[in-house]
Amino acid sequence: MEIPYGVKERPDTGLNNAKLGIWLFLASEVMLFGGLFSAYIFLRTGVDDWPMGSKYLDVKMATLNTLFLITSSVTMVMSWASLKLNDFKKFKLYAGSTLLLACGFLVIKYFEYSSKFSHSYYPSTDNFLGIYFTMTGLHVIHVIGGIAVIAFLLFPGAKMWETDPERFTSRIEVTGLYWHFVDLVWIFLFPVLYLL
Amino acid sequence: MKPEEVKHHVKIYLNVFVALLFLTVVTVGISYIDIGVGPGIALGLLVASVKGSLVACYFMHLLDEKKTILWTLFATVISFMILIFVPLSSMISNAGY
Repeated sequence: MEIPYGVKERPDTGLNNAKLGIWLFLASEVMLFGGLFSAYIFLRTGVDDWPMGSKYLDVKMATLNTLFLITSSVTMVMSWASLKLNDFKKFKLYAGSTLLLACGFLVIKYFEYSSKFSHSYYPSTDNFLGIYFTMTGLHVIHVIGGIAVIAFLLFPGAKMWETDPERFTSRIEVTGLYWHFVDLVWIFLFPVLYLL
Repeated sequence: MKPEEVKHHVKIYLNVFVALLFLTVVTVGISYIDIGVGPGIALGLLVASVKGSLVACYFMHLLDEKKTILWTLFATVISFMILIFVPLSSMISNAGY
């Protein structure tokens, strides 16, 4: 049985269920990360001396990661636009680029974490590293989730383009909304943890 | 969205991309300027907010979104602000203001 209003708009909300669903999910995500940002402010304002992020962290690597995520956001929205323009080859190119950039983000994060551990910097070392690992760790989990969904839609899930292109385009749009949110969170994590 | 509208949006996406790259350079640049901790944080967060707004308005198409979603996000922002002001209010009360 087909789930109703997956693509068509519901008359009462004016939205299809997929879009309303992802926005409600993202609203809950704002509160999840909001709790951690709140904890960060509480920890930072509770002490006289808060270490500068650059004391522990590699700003150059984080800047490169920022560029990766911003670029991946553009390629993600371009992949959706390509489907809207009925160009499946370009969709593959842009979605594949998004996937590669996301993997690049994880590789850099791996080197960052490895460097911290090699200097015996752990979440238990101090409050700064505790909140750093918690916030960036949660963000990394979100990146991994995004990679799994994009990889599915790029490879086995792409068959749907042949049978139901409208639904497939809707899936890419919804995935894009999630991916832009992941980018948006990083846009705030970067200055808060690394620069300020 | 019609193909002509999508093509118009593609140009906007590329302009937003350039703006985001420029603002990333500004964000990093601010951290090298010695303007004090408070103003530095305020300026850094202001630039991050502009970048976040660009992503939300153009890549997430919030500018063209239905009222149901905008009201949902409005409620979310209010709840988020409460979360952020809880620790700030404790700081202010501890400081004896």
